[in-house]
Amino acid sequence: MRSIRYREAVREAIAEEMERDDSVVLLGEEVGHYQGAYKVTEGLLERFGERRIVDTPIAEAGFAGIGIGAALVGLRPIVEFMTWNFSFVAFDQIVQNAAKIFQMSGGTVKVPIVFRGPNGAARQVAAQHSHAVEPFYASVPGLLVVAPSIPRDAKGLLKSAIRDDNPVIFLEGETLYAIRGEVPDPSADELIPLGVARVAREGSDVTVVAWGRPYHTAMEAAERLAADGIACEVIDPRTIRPLDEETIVRSVRKTHRCVVVHEHWPYGGPGAEIVDRIQREAFDDLDAPVLRVSSLDVPMPYAAHLEERVLPSVERVVEAVRRVCYR
Amino acid sequence: MATSESEPRIDGAAARPGEASAYSVEQREALVPLYRTMLLIRRFEEEAARAYAQGKIGGFLHLYIGQEAVAVGAEAALRRDDYVFQTYRDHGTALARGTSARACMAELYGKDTGCSRGLGGSMHFFDASRHFFGGYGIVGGHVALAAGAAFKAKYRGEDRVSVCFLGEGAINIGGFHEAASLAGLWKLPLVLVVENNSYAMGTPFSRSSPVEDITRKAAGYGMAGDRFEGHDVLLVRDRIAQAVARARAGEGPTLVEVLTYRFRGHSMSDPGKYRTREEVEERKRFDPVPLARARLLGWGIDESRLRALEQSVEDEVADAVRFAETSAPAREDVMRACVLAERASDAGGRA
Repeated sequence: MRSIRYREAVREAIAEEMERDDSVVLLGEEVGHYQGAYKVTEGLLERFGERRIVDTPIAEAGFAGIGIGAALVGLRPIVEFMTWNFSFVAFDQIVQNAAKIFQMSGGTVKVPIVFRGPNGAARQVAAQHSHAVEPFYASVPGLLVVAPSIPRDAKGLLKSAIRDDNPVIFLEGETLYAIRGEVPDPSADELIPLGVARVAREGSDVTVVAWGRPYHTAMEAAERLAADGIACEVIDPRTIRPLDEETIVRSVRKTHRCVVVHEHWPYGGPGAEIVDRIQREAFDDLDAPVLRVSSLDVPMPYAAHLEERVLPSVERVVEAVRRVCYR
Repeated sequence: MATSESEPRIDGAAARPGEASAYSVEQREALVPLYRTMLLIRRFEEEAARAYAQGKIGGFLHLYIGQEAVAVGAEAALRRDDYVFQTYRDHGTALARGTSARACMAELYGKDTGCSRGLGGSMHFFDASRHFFGGYGIVGGHVALAAGAAFKAKYRGEDRVSVCFLGEGAINIGGFHEAASLAGLWKLPLVLVVENNSYAMGTPFSRSSPVEDITRKAAGYGMAGDRFEGHDVLLVRDRIAQAVARARAGEGPTLVEVLTYRFRGHSMSDPGKYRTREEVEERKRFDPVPLARARLLGWGIDESRLRALEQSVEDEVADAVRFAETSAPAREDVMRACVLAERASDAGGRA
């Protein structure tokens, strides 16, 4: 299988879906003439033209809302946020309109739209540009939340998200864009269904659940722990909502221990949600409390060594795994 | 509302009975169904208020009484396949679009037969079959949606127009500004109809806007602007028709300000201490519903014909109330099913 970068995988998904369906249109800041702030949309303007690759002014609430309005009447817009940090000024549009219109209309009006962009910290961009936003969106019924960690999942999940009739929050990562991975040829038209986790590494001693950037941290920790004789089973949920609870619980029933690794803050959020589901569904199978490794409970600092301290690290994952294994 | 001599003022001259009219017989006849729809809205709202007082309707209830000529006049300027978006004061718009009084009243009663199956309530009427894409409860939040529908019409090369009603209370919020900016930039086929009913909840317009004429903002958005009084349904129709024609011809959006007035409170819980009884009574001289009736009589329309029409409105509203009272309540299984649309890729996971 060929190997491509995460950003190329995202770009291929967009291009393939635009090719097959004229109702797909991309709106966002610098997506066209600038070729994408992170080069995800490079070349798309030349390929699809200004009608379908729409550069917007800096007005997230405006173009997110226009995307939603267009979705109500038959388009399938992809709205790019330059980063998810800028989605907060469009929060009302996403939460009050995109997530609610299907319900408010008594199930008669669908909202097929994808909001996408990089999520999480991106190396020393400080407090306002480093949010892991999944807790905000995953708590809202009516939204789907997807957070692919590797190129193949990014492509297959994005293609499914674009074809879905519901609003999808699609979380990429600035520090993920350059990662390479095997992705099937475009001719395969691979669709990865939302709501299905991936067992990334099998193991019998402890289950480690992680997505996004921390997934790679967890994989590295698993490698290091293997050298010490601790076999981690790493599960990438891929979709935060709906959550593939079954795959996670099945693994915990096997390993009897679990560590959840996530970049969002420790108060609540999907990390806590996963722990809650494990204690409800696998209480009798647990041999240790489920632990979480998260970002520290502070706004992101600028200084490099402090940022490194705040984000989940291989060392902290290793330490947490050792604690639940009592080793 | 503060007015100066140079500003347009509400006056009844245009609708005075017996006036010399520029309208042809056919044009005069066109007022009859508009009068009927305005009366239907009026009587619907009065019965809704009564049911609310009896505890049969809960939550918020924002009545359209006094503003009927705006929704009805605008509707008369639209094609059936044009898109319409409204605020939470949405009953009149739905009725004007042709949503049945039964479906509207049942929605207020929280019944499964309501236009949003009892899930939306007063503030969230929808009728997608009539291209009415909803009533929205967040001030300014729906303006971009209407611009989005206009975006789609332009993208598809359709000659459809999208109309967004909003209150004058929405003109300070970002949602309005961003949507208007993009609509102007992209020359979207959008008509923004600001129903300036003089009060944003309890705050008079003079205390919430630095300019008295909202359409002065149009220039900054690269839009046309038009401003007029909203008690004469034919005038509303004809002026909004000009904006609609511009949008349909690809000439871009228009910011329309219609000067109107609500006779009831912001919602049912409004004590009304921000304005005097005299002010409300004065404004009732320009009540669009009796003005239309007086004009029809002045034009020689037979009163017995109007009485029959009025009786049919009474019957329709009474039927709607009966229907709402006897309909089955909103259903839990529908509530649970109306979170996500059915998903082709629905392979697993629990929300």
